[in-house]
Amino acid sequence: MTTKLPTGTEWDVNTLQAYDDAIATIAKNYRLDTFPIQLEIISSEQMMDAYSTIGMPLAYNHWSFGKQFVNVEKFYRRGLMGLAYEIVINANPCIAYLLEENSLVMQATVIAHACYGHNAFFKNNYLFKTWTNPDAIIDYLLFAKNYIAECERKYGMNEVEELLDSCHAIMNYGVDRYRRPQQLTLQEEKARQKAREAYLQSQVNELWRTIPDDPNKAKFTTTDEQFPPEPEENLLYFIEKNAPRLEPWQREIVRIVRKIAQYFYPQRQTKLMNEGWATFWHYTIINTLYEQKQVDDTFMFEFMHNHTNLMHQLPFDDPSCQGLNPYTLGFNIFNDIKRICTAPTEEDKHWFPELAGSDWVETIHFAMENYKDDSFVGQYLSPKVIRDMKLFVLLDDDKQEDLIVEAIHNDQGYQTIRDTLAKTYNLSYSEPDIQVTRVNIHSDRALTLTHQQHDRRPLDESDCNEVLQHIHTLWQFPVHLETTDEADTLINTVSYPRPRDESTET
Amino acid sequence: MTQFIDRRKNHKHKSTVNRQRFIQRYKKQIKHAVASAVGKRSITNIEGGETVTIAEKEITEPTFHYRQGGKRHIILPGNKEFTPGDHIKRPPNVSKGAGSTASNKGEGMDEFSFELSKEEFLDLFFDDLELPNLIRTRLGETPSFISRRAGYTTYGIPPNISVIRSMRNALARRIAFGNKYKKQLARIQAELEELLTTDNDDSPEAKRLIEEAQALEHKLTSIPFIDEVDIRYKNRTKQLAPTTQAVMFCIMDVSGSMDEKKKEIAKRFFILLYLFLTRNYEKIELVFIRHHTTAKEVDEEEFFYSRETGGTVVSSALEETKRIMQERYSSPDWNIYIAQASDGDNWNADSPHCQELLCNNIMPLVQYFAYVEILPRHHQSLWRAYIGVKELFKNFAMRNINNVQSIYPVLHELFKRKMS
Repeated sequence: MTTKLPTGTEWDVNTLQAYDDAIATIAKNYRLDTFPIQLEIISSEQMMDAYSTIGMPLAYNHWSFGKQFVNVEKFYRRGLMGLAYEIVINANPCIAYLLEENSLVMQATVIAHACYGHNAFFKNNYLFKTWTNPDAIIDYLLFAKNYIAECERKYGMNEVEELLDSCHAIMNYGVDRYRRPQQLTLQEEKARQKAREAYLQSQVNELWRTIPDDPNKAKFTTTDEQFPPEPEENLLYFIEKNAPRLEPWQREIVRIVRKIAQYFYPQRQTKLMNEGWATFWHYTIINTLYEQKQVDDTFMFEFMHNHTNLMHQLPFDDPSCQGLNPYTLGFNIFNDIKRICTAPTEEDKHWFPELAGSDWVETIHFAMENYKDDSFVGQYLSPKVIRDMKLFVLLDDDKQEDLIVEAIHNDQGYQTIRDTLAKTYNLSYSEPDIQVTRVNIHSDRALTLTHQQHDRRPLDESDCNEVLQHIHTLWQFPVHLETTDEADTLINTVSYPRPRDESTET
Repeated sequence: MTQFIDRRKNHKHKSTVNRQRFIQRYKKQIKHAVASAVGKRSITNIEGGETVTIAEKEITEPTFHYRQGGKRHIILPGNKEFTPGDHIKRPPNVSKGAGSTASNKGEGMDEFSFELSKEEFLDLFFDDLELPNLIRTRLGETPSFISRRAGYTTYGIPPNISVIRSMRNALARRIAFGNKYKKQLARIQAELEELLTTDNDDSPEAKRLIEEAQALEHKLTSIPFIDEVDIRYKNRTKQLAPTTQAVMFCIMDVSGSMDEKKKEIAKRFFILLYLFLTRNYEKIELVFIRHHTTAKEVDEEEFFYSRETGGTVVSSALEETKRIMQERYSSPDWNIYIAQASDGDNWNADSPHCQELLCNNIMPLVQYFAYVEILPRHHQSLWRAYIGVKELFKNFAMRNINNVQSIYPVLHELFKRKMS
């Protein structure tokens, strides 16, 4: 195909359509499997709206989104921050927002990046396939928005806002890491919601009943009984099912926040891969357009300029360096997989015997479909990428006077760098491990959470106290947070409300 | 298959609700910032947006997260000179680790600042203010109406035609009536084409089809583009509006003792009052009076910007007020308000006269009288005379303004909304 695509900076729906057709053809040749696409052209004002609700196309009302909006607006107005060129939503059809201020080249890039890159990732990566239900998410968000608005009318805005504040505080602890959620449609959700209210309350009542109805069962209500029998990592789930005093509508709202957290969970685990993948494809697709002579040199100059800006990785000693640029690292890894497949060196044959010489399109799809950030880095970070980016590992240990360089880009260092980087991409490394371990069902109904400490890393105390207060709002009985070290020794307990005898102890 | 949707025409302010909730939640902090902002502004741009700053700490949403400390690995790009085993000094801004003392000091005092729009600013600024004792009066014989939009009707006058509605109806009607013929026409044309591949157009069958097609085309063209029944008019209804008639007399001392600084404060006070009144009350009359030894009714422009000066006789202004009240606002339907600003400097013999004027002629007729004294060195005869008035009338209020910053609190005190 050698038809020329429209040029210039101006665009309209027809020119975008022409580009989309050309890109779709190329994407198909590279076996990119995508959801149908819905491209929405929006103004910068609307982009800020989309921003402020963390990318949910339909969000319930909450002040924190307003704060977010105000913040984005401030930076944007002062010119400190450009808006993202696109936002893409994991739904079927896949919704992508294009900013009206983008030039034609930028729009083409964004279409390739979001509508074919991210879209294919959403459809085929195992985490997304397992955990999210793109067919139903828009409906569910609509249900959530209406339900919460209804609650605000019935029970008052402040009441609902307080509840949401508390839920948001432990939103990151509202995900099932291993259980797979059921997939539901809006109708089922509505129908179930009614039934659930009644059922849930009866379950809770059962747990908290104080009068044993059968004297033979009395032996089970001794204090030896441990509840929950297994530690529970999903705090919101635990609260939804077991908090003694929540009203049915409050449980439903806890559930809504939990469901939304769950929906975003795969995105949090695949930031590097997802961006790397999308960047790799916009690069590859636009280059293919150029090779097929569908776009001219002017187009490519502007594209390369944009792409290079996106790829810019500041060195660690630059004052504005914010660590690794996920676009750069992700792109480099994917691009290197392609290189290893098509032009392997001796080193590659040693490190990646199964990749060297294989079909690159096949290999790269396999990598996208079956990994998340940590395993992806662990599997595919090549010595060449480490060398190109001059990566090094620093050990920051508060028992040492200085920071220590543990590994650099040399033969001894590659494996260490790869393993360490993989480890830091694991969410359990950046987020403290906190689970529900005990509830005192027979006395003061206190809820005990356990923080399993790793590498002596401490929690931020002031925030921690505030979060406990929020959990207390939900649980309504005392909440304790115990920190245990790697040898399971209890080293610290924080409680809310603070015990009165604390002053006498110290 | 890609679907393109142009959303630019859609409603923009999806986040407005959330923004308002945010402002509502931090109203106390924001109002504080707003009040202190006014003192810093120049008179000409007192009306406008404002950058408001709140301490970051107050609005963070807490989560469980790590702080500095313990053991962790960091991967960084761009190594230039390090080899394994190198020791690097910790950068100074990183707090050094264990112990709870380090953590609090490690946190920066970040601030969260953002822009309030002009509307938001003034809303917050005049929040809770109102004219006291305002009585809604209906002027006996001539009730006033407000005309409000209320949907569409099928009759009306040509200027009220809603073009969009009418064209939409016309389009619907044309589709409804025309589709049947269009389908028939398409079928006949298809038949004709098929026929013409074998036959020539002289055959009776072809002729019949051509005639039929022409008949249908005629029918199609005779469907009117727009018809009487399509037309819709914008409807308006009249609603009875309760009227309030209020007048505010602004009296400012511009005598020689009022130096630039005092005048500036007085002007600021009146500008704020003026903004508040014009913003919150749709219909309010304002009378501006400035005085030194003689008083003069002036317009807004002259009131705020003219530079006349002289000695001080306060009663001249009160006389003028009395005169205008009698001439123009004598009907009991008027709510009369007076705000007076002065530095308290008066010709001593005049003060008793002021007191007399107020007690006998003015106070019985007004809803509220607010007196502010600007930067008094010590209170003089006028203040003492006014205290006498205050004892007699509940609707008389007096305050000191000691500096630019206290203008807003004083205004706020004087016009605070009272819970009924």
